[in-house]
Amino acid sequence: MKLNWNELTKGIFKENPVFIIVLGLCPVLGVSTQVSNAIGMSAGVLFVLLFSNLLISALRNFIPASIHIPAYIVIIASLVTITEMVMHAFVPAVYSALGVYLPLIVVNCIILGRAEAFAARNTVIDSILDAIGMSIGFALGLTLIAVIRELLGNGTITLFAMGGFDGVIRVPWFYNNPMRVMSLAPGALLLMGYLKAFFDWKGARKKEA
Amino acid sequence: MSYIAILLTFIFINNFILVQFLGLCPFIGVSKSSANAIGMGASVTFVTTVASVVTWAIYYFLLVPMHLEYLQTLTFILVIASLVQLLEMVIQKISPALYQALGIYLPLITTNCAVLGIAIINITNTYNVMESFTAGFAAGAGFTLAIVLMSNIREKLDLMPVRRAYRGMPIAFISAGLMALSFMAFDKSLLTNLHLV
Repeated sequence: MKLNWNELTKGIFKENPVFIIVLGLCPVLGVSTQVSNAIGMSAGVLFVLLFSNLLISALRNFIPASIHIPAYIVIIASLVTITEMVMHAFVPAVYSALGVYLPLIVVNCIILGRAEAFAARNTVIDSILDAIGMSIGFALGLTLIAVIRELLGNGTITLFAMGGFDGVIRVPWFYNNPMRVMSLAPGALLLMGYLKAFFDWKGARKKEA
Repeated sequence: MSYIAILLTFIFINNFILVQFLGLCPFIGVSKSSANAIGMGASVTFVTTVASVVTWAIYYFLLVPMHLEYLQTLTFILVIASLVQLLEMVIQKISPALYQALGIYLPLITTNCAVLGIAIINITNTYNVMESFTAGFAAGAGFTLAIVLMSNIREKLDLMPVRRAYRGMPIAFISAGLMALSFMAFDKSLLTNLHLV
């Protein structure tokens, strides 16, 4: 069987959910204070999006059109509940750091948006590829914002503790000269504005060329 | 916590949009004109207030006695979705004028993070029913304040010479960032100074 790789790659750059279609910003700005939280959030979104696309595309001929939104919401909310319970059990630190943003994956526009725009009218294989691509795009966008915010705001890159390594990389110079505003709320909005302007400028240049 | 402290916390100190980033999609999407911003703000305030009380009752009278607390997310989103539908029908029946004003915004509110967010925050903070009601109203009021201020800024920005790459969304984010910077003047010490904590 021939795989449609375009469905996978489009989410990463051309239709990047964070910078190009600008969906699901609440978690992007809310949890991007630490790189480890960004990775935890991306994993949660990957799991939910993958299985919601899989289930919805598999059931697309059985769900009546008139109640499709409630049906999708039930599927997505069940997956989010599973994610919450798994994270609470295995990575309690990430679970408490993500706080209210973890249950809010339910109302993340990316997931319902992909269900409605893609999974409801494509095959299971294409929907899985679409979910993986979109999740990678989301993870890249979120991690990029988190790396910049944590580096400038705190001078550190926080990953997960392993063995003798405590999980925190202290970057020389930045660690002694932090710009605290970057790790606070205004920094997230300002950075998002500058990054969006950069991607718009890149997009416009590509179109002209 | 006193009711005034809850009001101040959710309107200024933990403003839903500018500090917690809940409800950013409508904040960027519907803030192009101030008339729309007021309509959206009023609808959100109405729904967060009603949803706070209803989800509180469902959690403490249904989920807790049956030991089903882990179904919180699933139950709340379904309750909110049906509540929004119900409110839409009730408003249409009782006050066609209000429906004319708010009708187009109501369907958008189901997927607004602010509504599910306040329902979950009420439970996490173990508020009682009156505190939940106050928090729901204050969260909506904070949302309205931010979106109305933002729409006024954006109406002015339309007339300003903005560089092409910054036009539209980027300049909106940067303006919101500067607004958030000014909201940082409100922090927890405000409550201490006013002897509310």
